[in-house]
Order: sequence, then structure tokens, then C-alpha cells
Amino acid sequence: MTAAAPAGRRPKHVTWGRVGVYAFLICSAAFFLLPLWIMLLTSVKTMDEIRLGNILALPTDPTFQPWIAAWSQACTGLACDGIQVGFWNSVRILIPSVILSILVGALNGYALCFWRVRGADLLFAILLIGAFIPYQVFLYPLVRLFSVLGIYNSLAGIVVVHIIFGMPIMTLLFRNFYSSLPRELFNAARIDGGGFFTIFTRVMLPMSTPMLIVATILQVTGIWNDFILGLTFAGRENLPMTVQLNNIVNSAQGERAYNVDMAATMLTALVPLVVYFVSGRWFVRGIAAGAVKG
Amino acid sequence: MSAVSVREVTVAFESVRVFDGLSIDVEQGEFLVLLGPSGCGKSTLLNAIAGLLEIETGQIWIGERNVSWEEPKDRGIAMVFQSYALYPRMNVRGNLSFGLKMAKTPKAEIERRVAHAAAILQIEHLLDRRPDQLSGGQRQRVAIGRALVRDAAVFLFDEPLSNLDAQLRNELRVEIKRLHQRLGSTTMIYVTHDQIEALTLADRIAVMKDQLIQQLGTPAEIYHRPVNLFVAGFVGSPRMNFIEGRLEQAGNGLAFAVGDRRLPLDGYEFGVRPEAGRPATLGVRPEHLAANGIGNWPGFTAEIVEPTGADNLVLCTDGALSLEVRMPGERTITPGTPIALGVDAHRVSLFATGSGERL
Repeated sequence: MTAAAPAGRRPKHVTWGRVGVYAFLICSAAFFLLPLWIMLLTSVKTMDEIRLGNILALPTDPTFQPWIAAWSQACTGLACDGIQVGFWNSVRILIPSVILSILVGALNGYALCFWRVRGADLLFAILLIGAFIPYQVFLYPLVRLFSVLGIYNSLAGIVVVHIIFGMPIMTLLFRNFYSSLPRELFNAARIDGGGFFTIFTRVMLPMSTPMLIVATILQVTGIWNDFILGLTFAGRENLPMTVQLNNIVNSAQGERAYNVDMAATMLTALVPLVVYFVSGRWFVRGIAAGAVKG
Repeated sequence: MSAVSVREVTVAFESVRVFDGLSIDVEQGEFLVLLGPSGCGKSTLLNAIAGLLEIETGQIWIGERNVSWEEPKDRGIAMVFQSYALYPRMNVRGNLSFGLKMAKTPKAEIERRVAHAAAILQIEHLLDRRPDQLSGGQRQRVAIGRALVRDAAVFLFDEPLSNLDAQLRNELRVEIKRLHQRLGSTTMIYVTHDQIEALTLADRIAVMKDQLIQQLGTPAEIYHRPVNLFVAGFVGSPRMNFIEGRLEQAGNGLAFAVGDRRLPLDGYEFGVRPEAGRPATLGVRPEHLAANGIGNWPGFTAEIVEPTGADNLVLCTDGALSLEVRMPGERTITPGTPIALGVDAHRVSLFATGSGERL
């Protein structure tokens, strides 16, 4: 008996379509990476070298002096403490805002999903509409409200603002996640005698790890990158890093130190970048978990 | 006094009212099965008893207490779910003891009860595993164990075996029956759409359809004297044969007539003796059509033969009628074999055409 060769042509692995796809992907990657590359290059050049105007050239004499200057010496107005002040302000805003907004969102999602609140669907719809109204609309009323409550221009004020503006998306995220869990699990916990908060903390939250990670990524990057809310509500003492960066870059005294500006920008962008690099895998997994497990 | 008493209950379920004043009583130590197709309201009734669904009107009594408004945990019930509903982030020990911890049971007592339940269900070696490290059968054992540690007077089962494969289902069915016998005075209410589970487990079965209890009775009553066409068709596999015909006067008694065939109904116990001439449906179970060659209904031939091992299921036809017959497996029958069927009037059911009620 002879071994019969498979009929038809052997499938090719390199096709024109595939070459096209790779070419497109490489071009897009270059397009998005180029600004980052230029910033990195510029931030390690001396001002003399920058003045030559050759923005793509590699630095002949790489120096980290601009980074040090950006961190601890750059001036905003009269103060010359660098961007580190903003960094620590941002951290102080970030930590309570992220934790509280996620907790509030998870609690909302849990209550809406499992406790058959009367009018739950309507409440949820209203909350979602809130997510679609541009938040500039809320700024002035909130400023008035906060100054009446005495938390305008304070750390508490900016944290509350972040909780409020994070609520719709966090609630949506957790409600949909909890809807994908079997209701019987909740029923079992009720028969076992769990109350509203016990079921939430002992049964639901421990199961929410993927969503907690997704929510953390969304909130850390969102709150870190926020500009207008920080500028409006945080008060002079607590201005976040983004506002501080703007003040450094736009301070109109003397020569414009491009290398320091670039270094300050990189420093500001560092937190979201680290979050993406560390948790990118989790981010994808978290989004897929809801879809696959059903 | 009944262990569980449902009195004139109506449930408002997402703006639809179900049950128009449904009542049922379950005796202490009884195993009651709620049997019906999906959407018949059996799970809704169970959830209402458990307190997971609010009832609109009526009362639910468990033991000597009116628990209509009580929280599920205070009703003295334990429940086992179809999807097991184990807490995925706790190990088996954690799952078993969660309810007891919620009830602030002393630690030693928790340990004693968990060990006891684990011993009964033979899951001692699994206590430190997490649910995702267990097989389906093991998970359901743990779920039953979680009910067991609660020391409840009433056990509620919501299709506990439906997610398991056939072999495991049989094993756990026996296990549940053993558990019921062992616990003695524990009342069990068990929801299923599987009539084999219902017939094998129940002391009494409530067959449900369209939010109504069609028939409540022992498995034998349900099987041999179904009150209407629905119950007759739903219980029994293969299905009961239904033959449309008429009632005729035959001497002093009545006979069932279809085409040229007659079946004298002298041995049949009528509920109310109907008048001759009315149309009726005759129901005969496949095993009650004795095919031994000396039947009173000759002239059939075997059309399709389905061997199931112990039995052969033979679809017999005479051109007009097609009847499913259960024959002993050792007798080989080939399609085309002529067969005479023997119909015993003691063992048939007669239903009024139209209403479907038993005559």
C-alpha cells in the first residue's frame, strides 16, 4: 500500500494578506511610539544639543540632569520645588479616591443586582445617563454645593468628586459582573443567614478579583490623568501632578527648558504607564472573564 | 399537624401573578416531590416556601409557626440548588460551616456538625479542597452537606441532580433516599422535571402544570390512576399510548370502540359512570399491552424494535393505530412479525375527550 499524498496544494503560511496586516501593525505602532521616543530622547539631552534642532538624533552626551531638575527644582511661579509636590498630592488624592469609588461602585452593583430594589432598573438608567452628561456641566453647581458644605478646596472635596464621577462606570462594571454570577449563590448565602453586608464582604467581594483589578486600572489611570477636577476642587494646597506639570511647562520666565519639560511629562505619565505594563495581562483577562464564564 | 403548610398562596413574580391561591400540606417526615415541565411553577413554589420569593397573599406555615414574612434563615429550612451554589472562594470546610458561623454557633459545635455531615456523605477527605477542585458529584455532596449541618426540620431540593451525568444521578438519587430514611423525621420537598426521580424518591408526588397542582398522590396512584391526560402523558417512559375512540353500550356494561376493535370495560372502575356514545381517549401503558399471541386485539405487526437490554420496546401498527409495547428482552422480534395484543381493562385509563379528565 502506498501512502497517498493529501489532495490540493499545501497551505501557505506567508500570504500577501498577512504581509499587509503586519505592515499596517508596524506602521501604527511606530506612529504611536514616535512621540514617546522623541520625548525620551529630548529629556536626556542638554539644552545646547536641543537648540541644534535635530529632534530625532541620538543624544551625544546623555544626561539625567533634566530628570532631577524636573523632580526637585523646576519652578511653578515662585516656588521651585519641582514636580514632586504634585506627585505626592496626586498620590494623596489617588489612594482614597480609588479605594472608595470602587467600593461604592461594587456595593451599588451588588445592591442593584441582587436585592430587587424597587425601581432598580430606573435607578440604574438614571445613573447611566449621569455618565453621558459632560461633567463640565456639573462643575459650577458642585462648587457652590461644596462651599456650602465646607469641603470646597480640600482633599475631602476632590475625593468626593472622584467618587461621584466614578460611580456610573463602576456601578455598571460591577452590576454586569454580578449579573453573570448564578443567583442561586446569593440565595444559598441568604438561607445560610448572611445579611446585606455579610454576603457582600464574605461571598461577593472575594469572587470579584478580576473586576476589582479592571476597576483599579480604570480608576488609577482616570484619576491620575484628571486635570480639570483637580484644578477646580482640590484647592491650592492639593493641586495634582497634572496641574503642576501644566504650571511648569507654561511658566513664562526665561528660556524654555524643553528637556526638563519632557522629563516632567514623562514623570507624570509614569504611574499610568506602570499600571498598564504591570496589569495589562490582568486587564484583558478581567474583560474576558465575564464573557467566557457566563 | 403538618410540617409544611402552604395556604391559599399567591406570588407576585416580576409583576405577573402566579398561583391563584395554591394550597398544599406536607406531613412531617414526608418526601414530597413537585414534578412538572419547566415553567409550571414548581421552583417558584419552592422559593416561596424558602422565603426567597415574597408571597402576595396567603400564608406559609412551617411546623407551628406562620413564617410567611420571615427571613429564609429563620424558617428552619435547608436548601440544595441545581447549580450547587458553593461559595467558590471557601474550601469545603468553609462552605459547610459558613451558615453556622453566621448563626454564631460555638466553634466546637461547628466542628462536630461538620465532621458528622462529612462522615455521612463520605467527603471527609475533601474538606480542605476548594469547589473548583471537585467533580460535579462531589460538589453536589458538599451542597447536600451544607444543608445537613443546618440541622433543619425541612429540606428543600431544587433540581439537585439535573447538572449531573446519568450514572452519577442514579448514585446520588440513592444517596438522597438513604439520607431521608436515615434522618427519619426530616421533611423533604424536592423539585424535579425528571419523572424517574419523582417515582423513585417520593412518598407523594404533586404533578404541576400551569401553576396548578394537577394531581397529588403516591407514586403508584400517579402512575396507575392519573387524573387527566396531562398527568398520564407526563409520567411514564416510554409514554402511555393514547387511543381516540367512543364508548358503546355492550350488554349490561360499556365497551371502548375504535374502528372495528372493541374493549369490554367490565373490569374498569369508573369515577362516575358515563353515558354510552360519548367520545373518549383510552390510555394504555406500554407494559400493559401483553403481546403473547393470545391477545384480544390481533392483527398488529411489529414496525420498529428498540432493544433496551432488559426490555424491547416495539412499535406495533395495524395501519390505523400505532402502539408502543414493552416486551421482555429475551424474546427476539424482527420488524414485520405479526403480533396479537392483549388489553386488560383493569389496567387502562379512560379520559373524556375534550376536558381530558379521567372517567
